[in-house]
Amino acid sequence: MTAFVGQVYAVLAKDLLVEWRSRDLVIAMIVFAFLALVTFNFALDLRPDMVSAVGRGVLWVVVVFAGTIGLGRSFAAERDQGTLEGLLIAPLDRSALFFAKVLGNLLFMALVELVAVAAFVALFNVAIDPLPLAATLALGTLGLAATGTLFAGIASNTRAREVMLPVLLFPIIVPILIGVVQASQPAFGEGAAREAPWLVLLATFDVVYLAAGAVAFEYVLEE
Amino acid sequence: MTKALVVATAVTAALALAMIVGYAPNERVQGVVQRIFYFHVPMAWVAYLAFSVVLVASIAYLWKRDSRWDAVARASVEIGVLFTTLVLVTGSLWGKPIWNTWWTWDGRLTSTLVLWFIYVGYLMLRAYTPDPERAARLSAVLGIVGFLDIPIIHFSVQWWRTLHPEPVIARSDPQAPPEMILTLVVSLVAMTLLYTTLLVYRTALERIRDENRELLQGEVNELSTQAGRAPVSTTVGNPNA
Repeated sequence: MTAFVGQVYAVLAKDLLVEWRSRDLVIAMIVFAFLALVTFNFALDLRPDMVSAVGRGVLWVVVVFAGTIGLGRSFAAERDQGTLEGLLIAPLDRSALFFAKVLGNLLFMALVELVAVAAFVALFNVAIDPLPLAATLALGTLGLAATGTLFAGIASNTRAREVMLPVLLFPIIVPILIGVVQASQPAFGEGAAREAPWLVLLATFDVVYLAAGAVAFEYVLEE
Repeated sequence: MTKALVVATAVTAALALAMIVGYAPNERVQGVVQRIFYFHVPMAWVAYLAFSVVLVASIAYLWKRDSRWDAVARASVEIGVLFTTLVLVTGSLWGKPIWNTWWTWDGRLTSTLVLWFIYVGYLMLRAYTPDPERAARLSAVLGIVGFLDIPIIHFSVQWWRTLHPEPVIARSDPQAPPEMILTLVVSLVAMTLLYTTLLVYRTALERIRDENRELLQGEVNELSTQAGRAPVSTTVGNPNA
């Protein structure tokens, strides 16, 4: 058990260290998220009277798009630099590798979310209840990271891999899309807690896809 | 055996068509348009059957690594996507006169649309992955992981919206006259036989293509070694592989 945790920690620490040295991935995701928020402002004409009704969706879509960029690039970098072979040769449990990747992606996305939520509150002057929102976003992002890591691994084998990741990922994450937007209603002051069933749905999705990914990752990474 | 299957399909299909046109009674409120139901519903059930076959074939392929299972999965996905497309189209054709709209984000419609996207993604994954063995392995993973999502999508969308008619037949007290139920059952059998025929022929075609590819690769390898050069792959970069 501790060996497994040690493996997860080793790969995670490596990914975080590599990212810390260049910081290019996280900065790109943050800038993109900020820009996407502003773009939505123009596209949806987000006036103060309707921004808290539409805002939940805008925020989550921005997070999903920025996250997808990060997911794709993390695997592409591994492949291009040949470090993927190194990981596969190392005596690593494939599911440990999967969890390490998921945690890494989760941390990057969490960072982007912090900035996105702060920017959203600042730009649109919406009062948000932080604790319920944090819980909802945490569950949603975990599902996004789990499915995203698995499908990024799959898509990195294809031509046009930047396009294949969203094409494969977006239908699968429909439950998260619906779930997060519905569950964040109380956080945005849109009505009392009907969030419990949605949080259960998100948690179920997370469990199913963490398990499925842990098992399937081995088949995805075979060379 | 295949001949018997084709004959059975043709006979049941003819019978089903005759019943749909002549035997089934007119629905009181909707009139003649309601007869699309006898196509639309069996197509939906068969689409789910097709994707279940993909699930089984994908698991079998990852377990046994026999390309015959992959041929079955490939064929069944194509047919499944075809039937799902037809479900969406016949549904729209039915919806326009009855609901006065081509589309609505009702629970069942939305789930079917997402289902369509998942398996169109499967077809794209296959098409965009150059190496056939890798394509088979990755799409097997997708065939399993995608199918897992179907119940979750169904629940999440159902909680979110509802307009589509509640099941009229598939409940404990069917609300339709026996003639309608009989016509539906015959149509369902015909549709399933049609699916099976298509699957058998399509799988056979895929297996022939696999054999061709292996034979060609074998010949290319032989010629290359004779010429003292490295063998060239006949599949990487070949859109017809």
